[in-house]
Amino acid sequence: MTELLHKTAAELGRLIAAREVSAVEVAQAHLDRIAEVEPKVNAFLHVDAETTLAQARSVDERIAGGERLGPLAGVPVAHKDVFTTTDMPTTAGSKILEGWRPPYDATVTSRLREAGLVILGKTNLDEFAMGSSTENSAYGPTRNPWDLARIPGGSSGGSSAAVAAYQAPLSTGTDTGGSIRQPAAVTGIVGMKPTYGGSSRYGLIAFASSLDTPGPFARNVLDAALLHEAFSGHDVMDSTSIHAHVPPVVEAARQADIAGLRVGVVKEFGGEGYQPGVLARFHEAVELLESLGAKVVEVSCPSFGYALPAYYLIAPSECSSNLARFDAMRYGLRVGDDGTRSAEEVMALTRAAGFGPEVKRRIMLGTYALSSGYYDAYYGQAQKVRTLISRDFDAAFHQVDVLVSPTTPTTAFPIGERADDPMAMYLADLCTIPTNLAGNAAISVPCGLADEDGLPVGLQIMASVLGDDRCYRVGAAVEKALEDRWGGPLLAKAPAL
Amino acid sequence: MADTETLMPYDEALERFEPVLGLETHVELGTASKMFCGCPTEFGAPPNTQVCPVCLALPGSLPVANADAIESTIRIGLALNCSIAEWCRFARKNYFYPDMPKNYQISQYDEPLCTDGYLDVVVDGKTVRIEIERVHLEEDTGKSTHVGGATGRIHGADYSIVDYNRAGIPLVEIVTKPIAGTDRLAPEVARAYVTELRELMRALGVSDVRMEEGSLRCDVNVSLMPRGASEWGTRTETKNVNSLRSVERAVRGEIERQAAILADGGRIVQETRHFHEDTGRTTSGRSKEEAQDYRYFPEPDLLPIAPDREWVASLKAALPELPSVRRSRLQADWGVSDLDMESMHNADAIDLVEATVAAGAPAADARKWWMGELARRANEAGKPLAELPITPAEVARVTELVASGALNDKLARQVLEGVLAGEGSPDDVVAKRGLQVVNDEGELLAIIDKVLAENADAADKVRSGKVAAAGALVGGVMKASRGKADAARARELILEKLGVS
Repeated sequence: MTELLHKTAAELGRLIAAREVSAVEVAQAHLDRIAEVEPKVNAFLHVDAETTLAQARSVDERIAGGERLGPLAGVPVAHKDVFTTTDMPTTAGSKILEGWRPPYDATVTSRLREAGLVILGKTNLDEFAMGSSTENSAYGPTRNPWDLARIPGGSSGGSSAAVAAYQAPLSTGTDTGGSIRQPAAVTGIVGMKPTYGGSSRYGLIAFASSLDTPGPFARNVLDAALLHEAFSGHDVMDSTSIHAHVPPVVEAARQADIAGLRVGVVKEFGGEGYQPGVLARFHEAVELLESLGAKVVEVSCPSFGYALPAYYLIAPSECSSNLARFDAMRYGLRVGDDGTRSAEEVMALTRAAGFGPEVKRRIMLGTYALSSGYYDAYYGQAQKVRTLISRDFDAAFHQVDVLVSPTTPTTAFPIGERADDPMAMYLADLCTIPTNLAGNAAISVPCGLADEDGLPVGLQIMASVLGDDRCYRVGAAVEKALEDRWGGPLLAKAPAL
Repeated sequence: MADTETLMPYDEALERFEPVLGLETHVELGTASKMFCGCPTEFGAPPNTQVCPVCLALPGSLPVANADAIESTIRIGLALNCSIAEWCRFARKNYFYPDMPKNYQISQYDEPLCTDGYLDVVVDGKTVRIEIERVHLEEDTGKSTHVGGATGRIHGADYSIVDYNRAGIPLVEIVTKPIAGTDRLAPEVARAYVTELRELMRALGVSDVRMEEGSLRCDVNVSLMPRGASEWGTRTETKNVNSLRSVERAVRGEIERQAAILADGGRIVQETRHFHEDTGRTTSGRSKEEAQDYRYFPEPDLLPIAPDREWVASLKAALPELPSVRRSRLQADWGVSDLDMESMHNADAIDLVEATVAAGAPAADARKWWMGELARRANEAGKPLAELPITPAEVARVTELVASGALNDKLARQVLEGVLAGEGSPDDVVAKRGLQVVNDEGELLAIIDKVLAENADAADKVRSGKVAAAGALVGGVMKASRGKADAARARELILEKLGVS
């Protein structure tokens, strides 16, 4: 059974379609692995073997009945607990939604089901996807399979850890400021933030509406592309979803050829605050790209330096409004409703008890930034910065096909190290945030281990809006060259759990 | 809850102060589905049966704007002579209230769909131009019912229940610019404006505009300034004004209340007030002195609206005949005076008269019955004319019976009474009650002989040439026939008999 765990999603899909192995067997192998390592990793908030096996049986029956399903039919996937699911609770990592059973599936969820993917369970996350370490989950932190004393990144830390720990070959995430790419980088796997609007937000519990983007995690670039293709594309239920075909991501991941490609190194990312081991691996990756035939130039994006402060005005502003609906009236936690208190008091008591400190901090920040008299100075200015960042990207993509940077300034930090220092925590997303503000596409692929701590480093590849296929094309080329050099995937170097 | 405030008599208030008005009107659009989801919008369904993840604001749900609602709003704007924005956005208005599922309302803030228009209304034969500040599109809230407590409001209630069927129904807000210079006609102007607006909505077919069902709601802003002053006073906003009559009463009541306070050296508190249908008074609601901060920002879940110019032009070209234009046309067709037309308008009789004319009645007759006998009966019943249980076709039939000589006016009134009492069609009532002008000349002549014998003096006067005296004899015949005689024929026969024909 263990050999099933190490197969790629593409291979599992092939074996299941050919009926060489059943979806039930594959699901069972992963459920067993979850049972084995979950006490150490804590990647999941909800696992229900019966529901999972029922899905797998249904896929097996459909295949036996001659139905032609997609390339991932029968392949298990771990699903971030911020997407609604009718057959599993959905909490967004918050006490305020503990036990909530949605009456509807998110579009991403229903597309996973349509493609025949088997949902293993719901993964842990920073509460309402706010954080970079999964320490803000109301249900305890997830641990990094490379070093259980360290964070798996966040907010999609449960999803990154599950894939890195072979609990699932694939997982879903959401990326608002780096919440897919940073966890992928620090756990040595692949994570993609698609173009904003390329994947539907319907049924994704909102953190910051103008930034939230669902995307895939996998242990290799092709698998990520397959999952990306399975759940992306236009959705009438999401007005911000793009009316366009999904870029040819699978084809690009198979192509993996970058001869003649123009690659820009973002000048502003590097130097102080960056771990030397991270920069060393990044520079090697740039040299590798050159050796593969890419033309590398340095590109300046002067507004990127303002991205972090702009993000910490826009995202909290939107979240202060998005999270107002958690008021104890219609669903979720209700505190203090003893017949003597007003609705207003029950709302206040519930929100005080149900939200964690980081969520409260951001609601307060956002409420302040939107206040009359402050709006122009904060929210208004931040929107201007956002425009400038988009212009920097536009200018850069006139010169080059993709931009590259380290995904995150450091490797995985120890659990607890930054828990009391929000500013230090926010810096984890320094390199990923500009892409969220501009809405374009970016991927993180493993590019080696830092010398100081032996932990994974991620290479971020950014492309233009709807240039998602370029991310995969370059990512696959880097992956192929590095795996040749390493003699296998980076994850093979991770300690056994 | 009785406020102990004193009122100043209206005439005295107007001698000392000048009112300035402002009206905010909310119109629920009659689209098939809600503003941001596919739920139906029918009124009166069992509570919380027309809801879905979107209008209940379940986590993860997203709004999708209703294109028909946007089109209707643009048509309203065009009918109100507004400019239509080339690009505008929805905005979130943030505040917590249990009947608002998201705890923000998707509305429009500094980028409304329609701006700077006007609507002309006629009051006392004079045209008053009401300037329109903006027309924007938003979503309705759920409907709270506060149970227990004295005020029917959330404070002091034992508990509250919420029906979310209304949550998310498209709502158009139409805001006037301040209306100054209406002087003592302020209440009538306010009423005429809402009346005109209501007719405009009906003509456009965008809403059923039923004030009693809340599909047209009006907030009335009133302030007073001393005569001769140039700076406007502090205004109050009166809500819960649910009929045309209440609009008029609310303005009048607020003028009387504010005048008493100001005359007494007091100051007006900027606040929301609630109108009470039973007393015609308003009571204090939420103070607006500490302005609530709604933290508006552009709605990130929706795309901006950028109406195509050619499309807007085609909508404008396809607007139906507007009510004021239609009234001018009907007035010319019917040949009635300005004043008669205005009184028909105020009585909501124009549609009824038009339908009666369409059913074959002469305009003058249709107007006479609706504005006379039927208006009197509606008034007695305390109902709008349109709610009387009689159709324009039935009224037309009555005019036909009168024109043919089968009925006279007196009998016609009895027929109308019968129809209103549910006795059936005009012909049914005529048959059942035996209401027919006496056409049998033999019977009529017998009555005439009897009347002439009983009134020999009057008969002699007529014989000697004083034809005017015949009136008394005709009256006698009508009385003796209990109204069934054809008065004109009776007169002819009387004169014939007395040899003066």
